[in-house]
Amino acid sequence: MKLTRRETLITALGAAAAAAIPLPALASVEDAVSAFTGGAEVGEGGIDLNAPEIAENGNTVPIEVSAPGATAIMLLAAGNPRPDVATFNFGPLAASQTASTRIRLAGTQDVIAIAKMSDGSFVRTSKEVKVTIGGCGG
Amino acid sequence: MAEGVKPRVKVPKSASAGETIIIKTLISHQMESGQRKDSDGNPIPRSIINRFTADFNGQNVIDVTLEPAISTNPYFEFEATVPESGEFQFKWYDDDGSVYEETKAIEVG
Repeated sequence: MKLTRRETLITALGAAAAAAIPLPALASVEDAVSAFTGGAEVGEGGIDLNAPEIAENGNTVPIEVSAPGATAIMLLAAGNPRPDVATFNFGPLAASQTASTRIRLAGTQDVIAIAKMSDGSFVRTSKEVKVTIGGCGG
Repeated sequence: MAEGVKPRVKVPKSASAGETIIIKTLISHQMESGQRKDSDGNPIPRSIINRFTADFNGQNVIDVTLEPAISTNPYFEFEATVPESGEFQFKWYDDDGSVYEETKAIEVG
């Protein structure tokens, strides 16, 4: 079979498109956690997650996370269509391993924070947030 | 480039050496999650800021990876140590390849 230039291009585009969609819909919380920890054991304690108990509007839920001695903190929302929320990497001039931001929550669910400590261990915590109006604009 | 993107940063004008300061940043951005559909039922493509960094005199303070679950107009608050006078540099990386930058000088005395 002889490929014309046009056919070659179309095939290449199709392959590129297929590669660009790496099954995000199937990414579960466990996958996200193991991608971050590399399968290491995750302990408890030493990490604080501050979130409202009830969020009226799921579009902007204020979240504060803090883990003294961490090099990175990952936030996950277990009940969102995609659980990843954000990953904070702290540099040498970070005065504390604390960060606040605002996130979207699709509904009432657990928000999970996992910190990577400077000694290579991991700790996690989670908090349930009740959401009155979901934030994924259905 | 997404329209109307405007970074805002709050950094104190002065501090003493080694002091911990609080930095607040906000950037106006739609943060289209890719989950929504328009009135015809077609999905609206994702368009978000996927990375935010803050550096002071070339040294990193914080480097954040953002996912679509970050709210419209991404807001961050964090703490930094200022060893000497210098300049904070903030960068936001858009999905479309644009980079929005903001700098703030701080006097240490």
